[in-house]
Amino acid sequence: MGYSIVANGESRSFPNGDAFLAGTTDKADVVIYLGAELVADDSKAAILVELGTESLGRHTGEASGEEGSNVLGFARYRNGSDAPSKLVELVRQPRTKDSAIAAAKAVLEAAGLTVVVCADQAGRIIDRLVRPKYNAALRFLDEGLATAKDMDLTCRLGLGYADGPIERVERGGLAHHHDVTKALFDVFATPAYAPARRAIVAKQREKKT
Amino acid sequence: MISSIKTVAVCGAGGTMGAGIAIVAARAGFSTICFDTATASLDRAAKQTEGFFAKSVERGKISAPDKDAVMARLSRTTKLDDLAAADLVIEAVFEDLSVKKDLLGKLGKVCPEPTIFASNTSTLSITEIASGSGRDDRVVGLHFCLPAQLMKLIEVSPGINTSDATLNAAWAWCEAAGQLPVKTQDKPGFILNALLVPFNNDAIRAVEAGVASPADVDTAIKLALGYKMGPLELIDLVGLDTQVRLCEAFYPVTLDPRAAAPPLLTRMVAAGRLGRKSGRGFYAYDTGKMFGG
Ligand SMILES: NC(=O)c1ccc[n+]([C@@H]2O[C@H](COP(=O)([O-])OP(=O)(O)OC[C@H]3O[C@@H](n4cnc5c(N)ncnc54)[C@H](O)[C@@H]3O)[C@@H](O)[C@H]2O)c1
Repeated sequence: MGYSIVANGESRSFPNGDAFLAGTTDKADVVIYLGAELVADDSKAAILVELGTESLGRHTGEASGEEGSNVLGFARYRNGSDAPSKLVELVRQPRTKDSAIAAAKAVLEAAGLTVVVCADQAGRIIDRLVRPKYNAALRFLDEGLATAKDMDLTCRLGLGYADGPIERVERGGLAHHHDVTKALFDVFATPAYAPARRAIVAKQREKKT
Repeated sequence: MISSIKTVAVCGAGGTMGAGIAIVAARAGFSTICFDTATASLDRAAKQTEGFFAKSVERGKISAPDKDAVMARLSRTTKLDDLAAADLVIEAVFEDLSVKKDLLGKLGKVCPEPTIFASNTSTLSITEIASGSGRDDRVVGLHFCLPAQLMKLIEVSPGINTSDATLNAAWAWCEAAGQLPVKTQDKPGFILNALLVPFNNDAIRAVEAGVASPADVDTAIKLALGYKMGPLELIDLVGLDTQVRLCEAFYPVTLDPRAAAPPLLTRMVAAGRLGRKSGRGFYAYDTGKMFGG
């Protein structure tokens, strides 16, 4: 089972030079859209659309919970300008065909990636779970709970994490954190997702420069 | 900084944390009094400690004579009066404010003026635990991580009335014991649990909301963030009932919605799905096998 790619600009999941970009075949059953506008095609086993903070439904349209076809969303996790990780979040809708999920998984796993399947909900798995934690850590920093260095050290030594919340969110970009949390806040409207003050500052300064 | 502390007492030394803290103290050269109200727990902990050091000798981490010297520094008692000899008392008794306050109140009468009291509480306030001790300027939070005998980190938290001298002495003791202290304010969960408990709840809520399966949530977190365990695996390990208790400790104090127990969690506990210990939590376990076997 091969894949083809329709690209428009550089993709975050598969940046220029990524081996995956070179693995395309001519008669592909799976089509992957990287930044390009989706063109529906029922004849394909699966069509994958790279997502930012938007829902898959924004590309496919929705139908009272009955939406779903051979089109899936996806995002490969990457923190800031770090190299993309092996993790791909594959986004399905309620009526997405099982065969489409299987086809999408097959091409991504053949490329050495690990696929997790999630519903078309804001933040998918990673952003939904890590953004509130980064917000809390940024708030703790403002409130003087501990220094950034000590919070990071505590998470590395006490919890065995590869890095701490402050160093990670800063490496990913505080302005980017602002954009992601703003998108999440638009959906959930809970304080946990409201952009942290330090992220707002970073965004304001980004606009200025 | 050199520690002026020579003798350490550990209250609740028959328990999980207390036994580990006693190992840390004795290994670092401190004369260590292990105190617990339950003799059987003290005896069990002593056997485990012996086993721990026997393994350390086997692995070449400590010589046999050094092991004997460490073991000789450990004494056991169920009599509170024996703690009069301690320069530093670390309490790791049940996570219950009245139990801890009561203990520190009694210790306040037993121990000499300069003795410092430290609490290993995970969720309670150091300031509240210190009140009633008669020496709240000499009470400090020393939060060890599980397993204490292996983890270097200690969250050090001064209460509102803790003196700088007490904080400095406790800090120096942590370093002398070969540990790595970090300073935090006396706030619910300090750093570690303040970040962890709501995060774990969020993972439960994601499963509850149908975002993804527990296995996919855990895989995503481990792979993306480099965590050794996924949040749902971790909750299964510590126990879903423990997670409920953590929520019950945090939510009324912080009123942070993320700290409130998710409905799925309380329902799973009601259904007897407590995690590894009951054979089923977010995952199913073969209860015939011992963990790590
Ligand atoms: N288990 C953890 O992961 C962990 C991690 C960090 C901190 N802590 C904290 O450490 C403390 C102990 O937790 P644990 O898991 O070791 O508990 P545990 O139940 O294993 O041990 C508690 C011990 O205290 C003894 N005890 C109770 N009341 C006593 C008293 N008045 N005087 C003397 N001994 C008494 C009990 O007999 C028992 O042996 C708690 O405050 C907890 O929040 C636990």
